[in-house]
Amino acid sequence: MLAVTLNAENLSVSLDGTVHLDHVDFTLARGRLYTVIGRTLAGKSTLLRVIAGLLEPDSGRITLDKRQFSGLPVWRRDVAMVYQQFINYPHLSVLDNVAFPLRRRGTPKHEARRRAGELLMRVGLEGFETRRPSQLSGGQQQRVALARALAKQAGILLLDEPLVNLDYKLREQFREEFRGLFAGQADMIVVYTTTEIGEAMMLGHEILVLHEGRLLQMGRPADVFERPASTTVAEIVNDPPMNLLDGHIADNTLHFSSGMGATLPLHMVALPPGRYRFGIRANDLEMRPDGAIGGEVIVAEVSGSETFLHLDTAIGPLAVKCEGIHPLALRTQVRLALEPERLFAFSPEGGLVAAP
Amino acid sequence: MAQITLKQIGHSYSGGTRPGDYALCPLDMTWHDGRTYALLGPSGCGKTTMLNIVSGIVTPSQGRVWFDQRDVTGLPTARRNIAQVFQFPVIYGSKTVYQNLAFPLVCRKWASDRIRRKVGEIADLLDLGAKLGKPARGLTADEKQLISLGRGLVREDVSAVLMDEPLTVIDPQMKFHLRRKLKEINDRFKLTLVYVTHDQDEAMTFASEILVMSGGRVVQSGPPEHLFEFPQTTYVGYFIGSPAMNFLDAEGQGDRAVFAGIPLTTAYPGDRVPQGAIRIGVRPEYLEFVATAGENVLAAMVVDVQDHGGVRIVEVEVGGARVKVKLAREKPVPEGPALLRLPPGKIRLYRDGELVPLD
Ligand SMILES: Nc1ncnc2c1ncn2[C@@H]1O[C@H](COP(=O)(O)OP(=O)(O)OP(=O)(O)O)[C@@H](O)[C@H]1O
Ligand SMILES: [Mg+2]
Repeated sequence: MLAVTLNAENLSVSLDGTVHLDHVDFTLARGRLYTVIGRTLAGKSTLLRVIAGLLEPDSGRITLDKRQFSGLPVWRRDVAMVYQQFINYPHLSVLDNVAFPLRRRGTPKHEARRRAGELLMRVGLEGFETRRPSQLSGGQQQRVALARALAKQAGILLLDEPLVNLDYKLREQFREEFRGLFAGQADMIVVYTTTEIGEAMMLGHEILVLHEGRLLQMGRPADVFERPASTTVAEIVNDPPMNLLDGHIADNTLHFSSGMGATLPLHMVALPPGRYRFGIRANDLEMRPDGAIGGEVIVAEVSGSETFLHLDTAIGPLAVKCEGIHPLALRTQVRLALEPERLFAFSPEGGLVAAP
Repeated sequence: MAQITLKQIGHSYSGGTRPGDYALCPLDMTWHDGRTYALLGPSGCGKTTMLNIVSGIVTPSQGRVWFDQRDVTGLPTARRNIAQVFQFPVIYGSKTVYQNLAFPLVCRKWASDRIRRKVGEIADLLDLGAKLGKPARGLTADEKQLISLGRGLVREDVSAVLMDEPLTVIDPQMKFHLRRKLKEINDRFKLTLVYVTHDQDEAMTFASEILVMSGGRVVQSGPPEHLFEFPQTTYVGYFIGSPAMNFLDAEGQGDRAVFAGIPLTTAYPGDRVPQGAIRIGVRPEYLEFVATAGENVLAAMVVDVQDHGGVRIVEVEVGGARVKVKLAREKPVPEGPALLRLPPGKIRLYRDGELVPLD
């Protein structure tokens, strides 16, 4: 009988006095892919290592279909894992690296090698079968590790930033493939960590936002993106991070702490007067000659068809993403338009109180 | 800093000399003083090999490397005076930030007050001034990378700064700060900076010139905007930009590019449109959904929508082909049948994989 849910209760882990996981609870269901988004040191790798059994939690427990899972030795857990800093067997050929888990399960040599060959093809490493890992480029080594994890066909697949060492195009291609690869896998739980929000959103059935060891929010990608529970989540799920500005609401007007005011948007009229933090996404700010906010360019970076600006403005430092290529010099004066309708409001403590 | 010249540099790890043996095919290359170059290309295309030849880690199987007027081909890394930053920070964890930065100077037997002055100056520049007494182990990944860089910059006579995927281990959120720091440093020191990355965003935002590599060759080089707007080959159109440039099989007829039976207007002068089989290249950023039929408007069908947060990638079927459209989140996404416009000024034509020049 295949298990249906993996349940974590009150997981905490500290190492050398630093908290890596702080009372984390969640339930994961088979047939679904979960992306864990968070910065480095957010606890993502720790979480995976605890699930894999490589690390025992200080408190809390993991159950698989209500049966105790923590405590089981690694080899008895039906888990495969791919690490950020890929690990391969240096003395084995690329093909045997991938065939290894199959061989260990008793698959006959010929069959194991045939399947390994197929997987290598899937990760774009046809023709590299006889090399040693040390004779591969960084991205190629990572793909070997990925193919080996897939070969294991475990019920729980843990992927720790598996694409960081891959080039851009391969990453793009892999993401698309992952979607397909796991779409029909009703018997697998996949947990996938990443620092890239775009990747987390497009891959995950659900997103878990992890920060300083705490699980800040879990939910459908679009829900988390559109209704980030706190300023911290809002910063993590936007790239560049959401701009945050201090201010208050009084007399049906929104005031930024710099003194500038704006009409109170409809979605904030029900809010009581008082202090708030207002959030706006970098791509919701617009450069316009008639914009109300004056600013100065600190850095302008061109990226394909977009320009990413970092500005010092009348209402504070702002990151702005605008369409088109604007090679603006340092210290250029620009004007920005901000639509209050696009603003998020958070309480002074950081909780979301109104979203556009 | 030095101008770096590669003359007929090529490398084959196996020593073989057949075309397939080369990790880097013989090439000539000049990197100018004070400019920032990105080596961009897919995994295994030879970026690290090229960088390691410049730094002396790999001895090329053929060709010469020059720093200004000096032939350095036979010199070991230590005698080339280069600052290097690798993918994973190389620092002494148990030593303090100060000791890490001072290390190359101590090795060179500088006087201690001279060391102190120089380390202080570099630490300020890198915003590490307040952390000089701290053990390096406790720092964040981006601070560690700055130390790696700082250890190269403390020396007076650095010829070039070479970085191999220095941002891999850095958070997206921190990448911006680090890039900004690198830009500042570059403005100030006028470094000859060569930067390896497989991330086109990183290359585009950072470098004044990008060298796109594939299969051991440099396939196009130029400023970022140029590579984006005028990919020289369909490969560059595919590799630069995310998602890739869309390509449609078409036919040149008179001054038009005919796709799925529909003649399209382009910015090409009439006599420039090649006759017969061509491909139309158009970026997902430039395709538009419109409400009414008109010039260059095609009937399309939405088949998939991917939510990336700030943008959505909409896949549509049009004239038997599939194309991707990149839409800002606030723009409405059509469902089912839709009208798609190809802006004439944004259409590029390709023949046998090569860009047909516009002028
Ligand atoms: N020590 C080695 N022995 C044999 N072949 C090698 C060695 N190092 C690299 N290669 C091969 O040379 C080619 C170029 O490798 P290189 O490391 O330069 O790639 P890269 O562009 O830096 O890739 P990545 O982005 O994956 O790091 C690859 O096909 C690789 O397999
Ligand atoms: Mg490399």
